[in-house]
Amino acid sequence: MSSGIVSRLKRKKVLELLEAGTRMDGRGLLEYREMTIRSSFLEKAEGSAEVRLGKTHVIVGLKAGVGTPFEDTPDEGVLMVNAEFTPMANPTWEPGPPSEAAIELARVVDRGLRSAEILNMESLGLVSGEKAYILFIDLYILNYDGNLIDACGAGAIAALKGARIPSYKISEDNEVSKTGKTKKLKLRRHPIPVTITKIGDYLILDATAEEEEVADGRFTVTFDEKGNVTTLQKSGAVGFTLDEIKKCINIASEKAAEIRKIALGK
Amino acid sequence: MSKKSKKKFKRIDGRAADELRPLKIETGVVPNAAGSAYIEMGRNKIIVGVYGPREMHPKRLSMPNKGVLRARYHMSPFSVDPRRSPAPSRRDQEISMVLGYALEPALFLERYPRSVIDVYVEIIQADGGTRCASVNAASVALADAGIPLKDMVSSCAAGKIDGHLILDLGDYEDKKGEADVPVAYMPNLDQITLLQMDGILTPEETEEAILMALEGCKKIYQVQKEVLSKKYARPPELESTEEKTEEEGE
Repeated sequence: MSSGIVSRLKRKKVLELLEAGTRMDGRGLLEYREMTIRSSFLEKAEGSAEVRLGKTHVIVGLKAGVGTPFEDTPDEGVLMVNAEFTPMANPTWEPGPPSEAAIELARVVDRGLRSAEILNMESLGLVSGEKAYILFIDLYILNYDGNLIDACGAGAIAALKGARIPSYKISEDNEVSKTGKTKKLKLRRHPIPVTITKIGDYLILDATAEEEEVADGRFTVTFDEKGNVTTLQKSGAVGFTLDEIKKCINIASEKAAEIRKIALGK
Repeated sequence: MSKKSKKKFKRIDGRAADELRPLKIETGVVPNAAGSAYIEMGRNKIIVGVYGPREMHPKRLSMPNKGVLRARYHMSPFSVDPRRSPAPSRRDQEISMVLGYALEPALFLERYPRSVIDVYVEIIQADGGTRCASVNAASVALADAGIPLKDMVSSCAAGKIDGHLILDLGDYEDKKGEADVPVAYMPNLDQITLLQMDGILTPEETEEAILMALEGCKKIYQVQKEVLSKKYARPPELESTEEKTEEEGE
C-alpha cells in the first residue's frame, strides 16, 4: 500500500493485467499459490510449523513455559502472538522494534485465535494467581512475498495442532515441577484467515509483495470449520462497499476450508 | 438460545437493541489545535486535536506526491480500571493504524505533498467502542480544522450478546458479548472505511450486524452534521453585511 512514484507505474501494469483477467505471475484473480506446511519440525520448540506460500516463507514457533497469569484472569493460562520481520526477509526491512505492519500481523493472527476461543484457557492455569502456562507463538518471517496473514494464520494452527507441551505436577506448597511427560493442546476450533486484496475495483486472493505494494487495501476474514466468521480486519486507506464485503466473505468461506486441510495435514 | 430469546430481551442499560448511547459532540475544545472535537458516546470521553496540513517531521516520513495522515490513538492511564501504563500498547498502535485508514479515504491528501495532517486522539475515559467514538470525533475535528473532506466518516459498532444482535456496545456488552463489529462509513459515498470483528458469528449474522451498524452510522452522521452546521452557521446579524465584506476582501 505504498504510493511511491515507481509503484504507480507498476500499479498501472498490474491493473492492465487484472482487466485482462490475469496477474503478473499468470495466476487468475482468485487463484492461490501452492501452500505447503511442515509441522513439528523443530526439537526445542514445543510446537512449530514451516509455511511456504509461493516465495513467502514463514516459520512459526510455539514455546510453552510457566509464568505468572494476568491479574484479571488469575486462573487462566496466557497466549501471546508476536511477529518478527527479520531484516533478511525483504530488502527494505531493517532491524529494530516491530513496525506497524508487524504489530498488525501479530494482532490479527492473535485475535483470530482468541476470538475463536481456540483453547480453554482455564485448563492452562496451574496455581490461581501465581502460576499458569504461558504460550508464546512467534511468527518468524524469513522471506516476504505477500499474504503474510494467511501464511501465519495457517502456520499458527499447524503449530498449535502439533504442539506437545510439558506436563506439570503441583506440590502441596504450590510448587510446580515437570513430570517429564508431555501433552497435546485441545483445540476447540481451527480458525483460518483468508485475505482478499483490493486493487482498483478488483478483488484478488493471495497477493504477492509486488501486488501488495500497489494495492489500495485488503480485507481479512477468519472462518472456523463450522462456517462461523471469527475475525474481520479491513486494512488500507480505502473504502469497501457492502457488496464487496459480502463478496469477500463468500470467497474466504470457500478458501478457508481448503487451507484448513493443509494446516491440519489432511 | 431459543429459550432465552422467548423471554423479553433487555440490555443492561435498558436500551433497545438498535438504540445508540447518548451522544454529544463539541468542537473547538483545544484552542492551540487547528481543529478539535470532544465526544461523549455513552461514558466514553474522548478529545481529538488536529494539526496541519503542516511540514512533516521527521522529513523522511514525508511523501513527494501526497500528504500523510498520521493518527495517534492513546489511552490515558486513568481511562480504564486498573490503571494502564501510559506507554502505547500494541492495541493502541493497531487502532492508530485503522483510525488512519478509516479517515484517509475522506481526505484529499494529494493536495498536500510533503506535508502531514496529525490527528491526536486521547481517551480520557473508556466505555467500549472507543475506536468508533474516536473516528466520529476525529472527522468532526478535521472539518473543524477547515480541511476539505469528501464526506464525513461516521462510526459505530454492532455486536451480539446472549444471541441478540445489538447496536453500539457498551463496555460490559463488549466484554461479555459473543461478537463486536466496529464499522466506519462514509454515508454519502456509501463506502465502508473501517470494519473489524472479534467473536463468533455466522456469515448471515455478520451481514446483519454490518447493516445494523451502518444504520447507526447514519444517525451519528446527522449529529456530526448538526454540530458543524451550528458552529459554522452564519449569525443572522452578518447576513446584511455579507456583500460589503466580500468587496473589502477583494
